[in-house]
Amino acid sequence: MADYTENELAKDLENKEYEYGFTTNIESEKIPNGLNEDIIRLISSKKNEPDWLLEFRLKSFKMWEQMEEPDWAHVKYQKPDFQGISYYAAPKKQKYESWDDVDPEMKETMSKLGISLEEQKRLTGVAVDFVMDSVSVATSFKEKLSELGIIFCSFSEAVQEHPDLVKKYLGTVVPQSDNFYAALNSAVFSDGSFCYIPKGVKCPMELSTYFRINEAGTGQFERTLLIADENAYVSYLEGCTAPQRDENQLHAAVVELISLDGAEIKYSTVQNWFPGDKEGKGGVFNFVTKRGICHKRAKISWTQVETGSAVTWKYPSCILKGDDSVGEFYSVAVTNNHQMADTGTKMIHLGKNTKSTIISKGISAGKSQNSYRGLVKIDRKADNARNFTQCDSLLMTDRCGAHTFPYIECENPTAQLEHEATTSKIGEDQIFYCLQRGIDEEKAIGLIVNGYCKDVLNKLPMEFAVEAQKLLTISLEGSVG
Amino acid sequence: MLKIQNLHAEIDGKEILKGLNLEVKAGEVHAIMGPNGAGKSTLASVLAGKEDYEITKGSVEFEGKDLLDMETDERAKEGLFLAFQYPVEIPGVSNINFLRTAINEKREYLGQEPISAKDFMAMVRERSKLVELDSKLANRSVNVGFSGGEKKRNEIFQMAMLEPKLSVLDETDSGLDIDALRIVAKGVNALKKEDTASIVITHYQRLLDYIVPDFVHVLYDGKIVKSGPKELALELEEKGYDWIKEEVVNH
Repeated sequence: MADYTENELAKDLENKEYEYGFTTNIESEKIPNGLNEDIIRLISSKKNEPDWLLEFRLKSFKMWEQMEEPDWAHVKYQKPDFQGISYYAAPKKQKYESWDDVDPEMKETMSKLGISLEEQKRLTGVAVDFVMDSVSVATSFKEKLSELGIIFCSFSEAVQEHPDLVKKYLGTVVPQSDNFYAALNSAVFSDGSFCYIPKGVKCPMELSTYFRINEAGTGQFERTLLIADENAYVSYLEGCTAPQRDENQLHAAVVELISLDGAEIKYSTVQNWFPGDKEGKGGVFNFVTKRGICHKRAKISWTQVETGSAVTWKYPSCILKGDDSVGEFYSVAVTNNHQMADTGTKMIHLGKNTKSTIISKGISAGKSQNSYRGLVKIDRKADNARNFTQCDSLLMTDRCGAHTFPYIECENPTAQLEHEATTSKIGEDQIFYCLQRGIDEEKAIGLIVNGYCKDVLNKLPMEFAVEAQKLLTISLEGSVG
Repeated sequence: MLKIQNLHAEIDGKEILKGLNLEVKAGEVHAIMGPNGAGKSTLASVLAGKEDYEITKGSVEFEGKDLLDMETDERAKEGLFLAFQYPVEIPGVSNINFLRTAINEKREYLGQEPISAKDFMAMVRERSKLVELDSKLANRSVNVGFSGGEKKRNEIFQMAMLEPKLSVLDETDSGLDIDALRIVAKGVNALKKEDTASIVITHYQRLLDYIVPDFVHVLYDGKIVKSGPKELALELEEKGYDWIKEEVVNH
């Protein structure tokens, strides 16, 4: 990790503007804008879905129609026009028999993202599922994984090949009626990733999905369903980018994790959706519902590095249903310019001897607003539950804001809860100290900020951690004031 | 190496340095002493380039270049080092990573290749011994959880690693017990070379028992009012600063 501080970073800083802002010239098939039952039927038929799934979508749509967009989050934005969005866009040529068949331009896109599959195949042994706009493009390493009985494929494929598993678990952690965006996603989701790790299997490699919105005027509504059967283990990575566009793009995903008895899921996200330009124009609205359920002795660990999106609204949560289960949430959220983020977690302790840890590091720069919102709930029956929460905010300027909204609901007297919170302004003394040692201001900020986030970055898999460190530095370029 | 002429500096509209002159040549050690509030630490900060101070008059030449025209980090890369009176903590950044970044920044500035990991580690081992700094501290976050003495030794360790031309030690002796003082002084002396120079700012004479200066200057009310050989320090220790003040008033 130490290596990046030098030349690599210097190179990165040269193109510190949002560097993923290019579009790919692939012919796409996009359905008409708007949302109604016919559109949902069209999406479902394009994907050749079974009737039960169409019913699931239609029911969700009916619920959604009755719901109102939530406005309790500490963010302000122009509400999306849901009839002005196309809910499905797919690159025209589909069904790749092998990696060689994949459109060269799409491969180019992937290598610009720094995730050339070939490279990854050879060097890192990471299996990648790449979701561009709405359709999953290629899943590598499938054979090797299938030898162990691991299923890792696009959501659409899972619907066709493993309908029983999908039907059994879909919507069990995030019900359709959960919230406005979860209902919307349940109605129109186009693709996503599916993963199943069989009993007792430790997945030997990191599984990874990259999401990218490419087509103008589209929304992305992916669905991730990840099941770790008893005593299984998996580490899953998720990366996100979008091209620079003047209009706001909507991203409303749902991620459901199921960690059965004794299983462990580690879910890491580096989110770098386009945050809008310096004046606050454009950028992705990231309204995501992520939740996992832990059965007995199971563990779910969420790690996220959030540097992108114009507006973020996201609370990866754990339901600690089984006794002795463990939930963890490690988060770094950076906001710059006009970005707004309202992010945190919910730890719902239902089982006995359940433990949760929350470490949240917020960094605000420019005129941005950064909020931590978290709930720790200890149920009446959750004897000996424990939670530790640490919530730090770092301010880079005097025009930005950092807010903390911790909620604690405790119904059991045996619970032990700890909450620590700090707010600090980046130290001019620290910067001066670095400058006096010959380290220029940008690098100094990079060092100090990465140091501040170290507890969280350490939780990321190696190659992701390096990427995250660079992202942090790039997003905060020129931000002290 | 360093030529300060008629330097005036103020902070928040209050003038602290009021026409300071000082010349330091390669190979020399200069001690600057003076009562509290005379402007000793201001001088160190102004030389290093702290933005809070405004230079209203005068010039500072460093190795033939206009020091006041350079950015803070540029001054450092040109070979100016300040050992801080109160070294700051940088949580989460290891000493090693910090130093390697600093060294490579300087090397890049001088058009040199980055230092190899092997050479760097060898250098760390060798130079941490100089100030008897536990090599474990090298892996810890910069100054976090260090004792007062360890922080000061870490400053000298950094100085040893960065190999500056001119070192300014700002009250490095404050808060040190006698053993720590000896270790710090040993480090400074070991680094003394023909082509380097040091300015040792101190309130007390005792540091000068270990770091023997070539010249002693008395800073009072923003100016150097008296200069002399090392014996001047002893005289100050014995008589205090009041006689200097009287001398200034009488002139």
